[in-house]
Amino acid sequence: MPTTLRNEAAIVGVGQTTFTKNSGVSELALAVEAVSKAIDDAGIDPQDVDGYCSFTLDTNDEVDISRAVGTGDATMFSRIGYGGGACIGIVHQAVMALATGSAKYVVCYRALNGRSGQRYSDGVSGDIVTADLIHWSWYMPWGLMTPASWVAMFTQRYMHQYGAKAEDLAQVALSTRKHAVNNPNAFFYQRPLTMDEYMEARWIAEPLRLYDCCQETDGGVAVVITTPERAKDCKGKPAVIRGVAQAFATDQEQMTSLYREDIASLPEMNLVAKQVYEISGLGPKDIDAAVIYDAFTSIVLWQLEAFGFCDVGEAKDFVKDGNIEVGGRLPINTHGGQLSEAYIHGVNGIAEGVRMIRGESTNQPQNNDHVLVTGGVGVPTSGMILGQMD
Amino acid sequence: MPLTKEQKQELEAKMREFVGKPIGAPDVGRDAVNEPMIRQWCDAMGDTNPAYLDPDAAASTVHGGLVAPPTMMQAWTMHGFDMAKGYDEPQDGQQHLHKLLGDHGYTGVVGTDTKQGYTRYLRPGDVVCAETVIESISEEKATHLGLGYFITTRTTFRDQDGEEVGWMTFRVLKYVPAERPAAAATDSGDGAAPAPPGRIRPPRGHDNAWWWDLVDQGTFPIQQCNGCKALHHPPRPMCNACRSMDMGWVEASGAGTLYSFTIIRHPQFPGYDFPVIAALVELEEGTRIVSSVIDCKPEDVKIGMKLSGFIHEDHDGFKLPMFRPARPAA
Repeated sequence: MPTTLRNEAAIVGVGQTTFTKNSGVSELALAVEAVSKAIDDAGIDPQDVDGYCSFTLDTNDEVDISRAVGTGDATMFSRIGYGGGACIGIVHQAVMALATGSAKYVVCYRALNGRSGQRYSDGVSGDIVTADLIHWSWYMPWGLMTPASWVAMFTQRYMHQYGAKAEDLAQVALSTRKHAVNNPNAFFYQRPLTMDEYMEARWIAEPLRLYDCCQETDGGVAVVITTPERAKDCKGKPAVIRGVAQAFATDQEQMTSLYREDIASLPEMNLVAKQVYEISGLGPKDIDAAVIYDAFTSIVLWQLEAFGFCDVGEAKDFVKDGNIEVGGRLPINTHGGQLSEAYIHGVNGIAEGVRMIRGESTNQPQNNDHVLVTGGVGVPTSGMILGQMD
Repeated sequence: MPLTKEQKQELEAKMREFVGKPIGAPDVGRDAVNEPMIRQWCDAMGDTNPAYLDPDAAASTVHGGLVAPPTMMQAWTMHGFDMAKGYDEPQDGQQHLHKLLGDHGYTGVVGTDTKQGYTRYLRPGDVVCAETVIESISEEKATHLGLGYFITTRTTFRDQDGEEVGWMTFRVLKYVPAERPAAAATDSGDGAAPAPPGRIRPPRGHDNAWWWDLVDQGTFPIQQCNGCKALHHPPRPMCNACRSMDMGWVEASGAGTLYSFTIIRHPQFPGYDFPVIAALVELEEGTRIVSSVIDCKPEDVKIGMKLSGFIHEDHDGFKLPMFRPARPAA
């Protein structure tokens, strides 16, 4: 029997910078601050860190972070592609390395000046002929250049197919905002959103309005992951990784899988769900709360369906009546999500997942045995289930 | 040079001292509200309301006599534009605040919005006096013009008895002008108007140049595997049905059905006509393509509508397939 990734690792340290619109410092400075805080939170010696993983999009080299923070020899380092889809993919790398003994303490990090530096809303263009640019060139000449425009195309079809309305998308925006109002780290701290404000906000790419779209943020987040045995000696309360998986699915493109027979679902997230449930031995009924990647409101609906919290096409009903708020069936994005806390490519969601397991969220759900955390969608993606140490 | 964190904190502390304070003594109008100025204003605005212009007609209105247009309120106390000349030797609090920001690199200024409220109509003979307070200064914001602070002033207008007759808020952005790319320069020097920007063109590589070359010739191609005849879009180097690398193409008829769409409104990139109706079209041959729908109002776009594709040519000669609503068969 080969090693599975069930209970092979635990997140023991979380560190983050403040989240701003203009950090005034380099991306490396953000990364270093987050990594250093995560190591302190874990209560380990920086010299113990022997593994690193981040996004291919991250501009900060592992070696530069290591030299700055003072971590030493490393035996494992890796990068995952596809933007926010990498968010739990980096944890997946860490868990594989820990399960096989390739590393003992792995730091996963992501830091960006997403607002004051390169903004994703500026779109994709360039003049070097790469396969990636050829890909985008099937969309740019016709005006599709931003994440919002790509996701809008799927959203329109989903709404058409299942009768979802703007009011249903709004439930996601309003519930995450309700959570952010209580989170001092959130951009929208103490700034509630009403249905009227949501509806009156300007169009970005129909059917997506302003508050259907996440923010752009400067900031960094890092976590330290180690084996459950070592986790017992760490300072921070561990969040055990019950199961973790990556997936891309047949006929996948980067953000533009528009040629599949059905585009109103996420086959790659279905595959992540199947794996994490199989690995963990858990099912949707066992999940108490979740951090669902929310670069846009609509993608939350599709993920609720992918993970079996409701049937296909029925997420519009699931999100009603406070069901996804604290006190509801499945509190999600209790930090405010990327819509209302900060956009750190979902890694701030890992931090919130750990806080929920620790009982430290500013919107703490009553039940916290198992917390689902998902990666970005539309791209090859990832997900994991966190649980309590036995 | 961008400010250090410490310099910025120092600047913001100095800026905060202005908030809530009047910029100086109230401005009293040089002339009382009077009929000639009202007439000039109405001429300039094209306003023919008899309540402002005709004493007899005005006498029979609810006002019982001539009144001034409410929107003239600020005009009664204005005396030339002296923000600029006050820069080197600031004359009031607002000019001091602007100089403080200017001296720290926030040299740009642009008015962003203003609001007015009116408590009562002004009548000939009223003397208007305006008191302006720096109401608020925002946190630093990143804008398209550059980094800056929004400064809001609130002016209260009072009459000769000290009674409020109206108010105005006025907001400006004081900003560090962002560096503009050279391509954005509009003066070409030879007097010729610069060419309007075109849409972003695809870079042409091994896997797509042939497709665009055919479009240049007016053809709408779909890649087809020469082995198993499967159609593919976007083109790829190998057929996923039979793994042949021998690829050809067929010409699309252009007939298609709208499978999904988005109306893109923000951000607006140069070279495109916004709102852009971006479309996912199911071609009758069986593949889909992302394109745009033109000659159609956004509100008329519906999933399932029949479309007709053609090779569109931009003003700069760039050709690409586009779609318009199909005409119903006669």
